[in-house]
Amino acid sequence: MKHLSDDQLALYHYRDGDDIEVAGWHLTSCAECRSRLAAIEEVLKLVVAPSVPARGPDYGSEVWNRIRAELPELATREHWWPAIPRWAWAGAVAVLLVGVFLLGRYSSERQSLMNVATDAGVSTATPAQQVRERVLLLAVGDHLDRSQMLLLELSHASGLRDLDVSGGRQRAIELADANRLYRTTAQKVGDPSIVTLLDELERVLLQVGHQPSRLTARDLKRIQDSIQSQGILFKVRVVRANVRKESAQRPRTASSPKKGQTT
Amino acid sequence: MEMDDAAAVARVRSGDEDTFRLLVERHSQIIFRLAFRMMENEQDAEEVVQETFLRAYRGLDGFESRANFGTWIYRIALNRCYDLLAQRKSRPMMQPQEDPDAPAAIDQLPTKNPSPERRLLSQEIEVRVRSAMEQLTAGERIAFVLRHYEGRSIEEIARALNVRPGLAKNRVHRAVKKLRQELQPLRAFR
Repeated sequence: MKHLSDDQLALYHYRDGDDIEVAGWHLTSCAECRSRLAAIEEVLKLVVAPSVPARGPDYGSEVWNRIRAELPELATREHWWPAIPRWAWAGAVAVLLVGVFLLGRYSSERQSLMNVATDAGVSTATPAQQVRERVLLLAVGDHLDRSQMLLLELSHASGLRDLDVSGGRQRAIELADANRLYRTTAQKVGDPSIVTLLDELERVLLQVGHQPSRLTARDLKRIQDSIQSQGILFKVRVVRANVRKESAQRPRTASSPKKGQTT
Repeated sequence: MEMDDAAAVARVRSGDEDTFRLLVERHSQIIFRLAFRMMENEQDAEEVVQETFLRAYRGLDGFESRANFGTWIYRIALNRCYDLLAQRKSRPMMQPQEDPDAPAAIDQLPTKNPSPERRLLSQEIEVRVRSAMEQLTAGERIAFVLRHYEGRSIEEIARALNVRPGLAKNRVHRAVKKLRQELQPLRAFR
């Protein structure tokens, strides 16, 4: 009869591994292996988990307070960011966007009058136009971030019971309003990929915004299916990444063209 | 709406760092318990907890949104424990070394113990067990603690340590073997 190895006996002690049944059968008929198993178990019983010192219910907050100072971005942002309500932030960006759009339009008209001698075939985008595009890209990027956040929350919400989505619904309405403005501006600037995405996003946001405050599991599932079937989150991520890249390539001000840039 | 981990991670990634607090509050106790069992030292365990959340925060961009945040942060904590245990192994022992030729205190105790002696024996066993645990390598100790204290299967240990199941099993076996060698003399006194 082939006896069990110490390793097999140790695994049997933990009831782990694929050979438990075979080992069990063997142990019923082998006194020697039973004795060796008992010896292993006697030793392992001596190894008792140390009792963990108690931590109170506020322990999580204590840890947070200890680490927050070491999160540099948090320390610099928290003084002003949370103080601005989301709707006000969206509104401010929209106002800024319209302002810069009009300013850019005015500047570009002046620039185009001054640059009548620009060579054909060379990029005709003036610094003012590029700044305008950059502001649009930044604003759209921020808008996509906030929309993505809302859609992710809904996608991951569990739907066993009715869900209170009054906050999410309000955010969806505000985002849909802002979305309309960005879409119109993007149409004027002439960026078809952003226009298409914003068009699709707006439909989803409106769908969420028109829901009752409490969602049944079925309603939630319908929204989640809608988000998933359109692949809207994926599209948002892709366009968001492009937007980020594009905005980094645009000049920050009309007076500071990038190196090698032809005006 | 109760925010789950995935939604909280998405918010933090989008710039709302304050939501990270939610994740810290939700997972601190579990990470502390794990860290204390691994390190058997309150100060080291606290260091593991802090460092784990800081690493998680810095590495949040690399976190796959389909993954489970709890599992991910558990792994980060294990890695940090591994580093600290490995460092501890390379440091000289802080407790006074015993004379290997001196008879062990346990050997001098009578078999039938009155209560104070029984307490002394328990203390002695505890010291021996701790000392035996110190003999394990960082990898053996982590695998053993996960198996013996945390009740994780070999498959789960392998996943948590990102190693093959064979290697995880091997580490547990080596740990058990070493502990048996160290603790065998204590069997009769239990």
